[in-house]
Amino acid sequence: MKADMQRRLAVTSRIIAGAVGGYALTSLIAIALLLVLQRLGMAKDEALLAPTLGSFVIYAVIVMTVFHARSATRAWLGLIGVSVPIALLVAILMQAGGGA
Amino acid sequence: MAWLHTWTGLVVGWVLYFVFMTGTAGYFDEEITRWMQPEAPLAATAAPFSSVEAVAKAQAILREKAPAADRWSIDPSWDRAERHWIISWANPPEPGAKDAASAGEDRPRNRRERLIFDPAAGDVHLPADMPEVRETDGGLGLYRLHYHLHYISEHSAILIVGFCTMLMFLAILSGVVTHKKIFKDFFTFRPGKGQRSWLDMHNIVSVTALPFFLMITYSGLIFFMYAYMPATMKVAYGVEHSWPNDGYSNPLNPRTNNRFDGARAAGGSRSEHMSEEPSAAPPAPLTNLASLAAEAERQWGEGAIGGISVLHPGRADARVTFIFLDNGLARNARKQILFDGVTGADISPPPFRQGTTWKVQNVLIALHEGLFAGPLLRWLYFLSGLLGCAMIATGLILWTIKRRQKQRGAGDSVSFRLVETLNIGTLAGLPLGVAAYFWANRLLPAAMEGRAAWEYHSLFAAMGAIFLAAVLIRPARRAWSYALWTVAAAFLLLPLLNAVTTDRHLAVTVPAGDWVLAGFDLTMLAFGATFAVAALKVRSKEATAPGRARPSGMAEVA
Repeated sequence: MKADMQRRLAVTSRIIAGAVGGYALTSLIAIALLLVLQRLGMAKDEALLAPTLGSFVIYAVIVMTVFHARSATRAWLGLIGVSVPIALLVAILMQAGGGA
Repeated sequence: MAWLHTWTGLVVGWVLYFVFMTGTAGYFDEEITRWMQPEAPLAATAAPFSSVEAVAKAQAILREKAPAADRWSIDPSWDRAERHWIISWANPPEPGAKDAASAGEDRPRNRRERLIFDPAAGDVHLPADMPEVRETDGGLGLYRLHYHLHYISEHSAILIVGFCTMLMFLAILSGVVTHKKIFKDFFTFRPGKGQRSWLDMHNIVSVTALPFFLMITYSGLIFFMYAYMPATMKVAYGVEHSWPNDGYSNPLNPRTNNRFDGARAAGGSRSEHMSEEPSAAPPAPLTNLASLAAEAERQWGEGAIGGISVLHPGRADARVTFIFLDNGLARNARKQILFDGVTGADISPPPFRQGTTWKVQNVLIALHEGLFAGPLLRWLYFLSGLLGCAMIATGLILWTIKRRQKQRGAGDSVSFRLVETLNIGTLAGLPLGVAAYFWANRLLPAAMEGRAAWEYHSLFAAMGAIFLAAVLIRPARRAWSYALWTVAAAFLLLPLLNAVTTDRHLAVTVPAGDWVLAGFDLTMLAFGATFAVAALKVRSKEATAPGRARPSGMAEVA
């Protein structure tokens, strides 16, 4: 019974990691791409459009990776591990101006 | 990952079935609307005509009927099932009306007049002379259901459909990844083997139209992506999806993106050429519109003129705007050509800059809408959409069959019964609902108040009836049998109902060569026959196992 409970918790944790964590990471990656593309000289509307178009593929890949991970904990660690440097990059680019 | 495929598919399968079926009907929206307005005249085999000659005739008519008008419009039909053009003009306000207009907000706009123009014969009819058609949302109504749903706000509908579409995108991708032997299994079909057969069928259907499914789900997400992924837009422009003007003046909207960036707006806006002020310029003869039409067709291709607007005809500052009949996939980015109305010179502003990403977005949207598709490709779209319905239906049935075998002996669990009921209520209920939408169109009084709304109510009432039957009738196989027979009868009898209630039935439409109307009736017969075959399969299985305590459901159908 306890094992069953644990299994359910793990599944729930994984679903939240994929749906919510994955969505947050996707948004973060899209914002980073927007800022980087603008930095590289792409017009603002196109720099916005490209990552937004791609975001659904990015999201799908992240969710599938989360469900492929060996455990829910590893999935969470992976999400956080990737998010931190990207968030830093976004923070630096927005600080340096040229963001909004 | 297999787990991901099974559960994402189950959670959103019913909504997606609804989206796929109504969206598939949308590929023939204009044809369906014609059938749903039987008062409209029969379309005899359309005589081919030259747009250039038709424009010349239209100009002659306008010169005769509206010499003093301030603006002329010649509007070719954008509707596949309608060949008539509209000619309209706006007379300048009467002298006395001007003061009244400046005093109140009621501008004298009601001076527009319009005529129905037959581009082949060149004759015109007053709108009042055309037969009055019954009120219906027609095929467009069905098409709108696939993203707008019904009885809820558009915004909630977009979010629900988007959520389900994203999960479908995931289900497809994870389905491909899960399926290591995808091509071997594609050539495997083991009929009459219960669960095996359903799995094989699900594989065959899914793989056959896989590129279509990937394209249609991904591009479906693009239409309202600003509502799903608002973060980037928030950072770039500081706005969210609830931008004023309800999304249409949205930076990501391909049709109205020019007001957000100075470089795009440089060409000047459409309203500049559309000033309501009467001209003060001296008289000057209007150039020959036919030769401008020939130039437009040279640039865009034959039959690609979507509209002609003449501002200040007969004055020195006359301007003629040609609007492109945009099918979405044209290479030419110019959507309008602006001519000087006296000299006939092309004075178009430079086209908007349009980078690769915009083109990618335009292509995705064009592929989804399929406006460019000719008859053959349109049928292919339609059949691919039906395969989508079949993919979802076989997947959902497969889910119950797998679990049915585990549940052998034990009583049905609540969740199992829920899935089974939802399967019958949706998979058989929705087709009955669509048939009921057409039945209501013929049976509701033509002049009834709010009849368009009642056509929708009929759709959902029929679906509700099947749900109720699925709850009440046990075992599930009997419920399937009743439901499928009802659907089959509803479609098979539809041409008969059409014959009883209108004179637009097969005995008339086939000899007249009106293949839009005849095609509708014939398609209904084909649907009816398909559902009858499904119902027969359910019954024959029932007959071979009489009285045995076998589990219900469609388990052993195929």
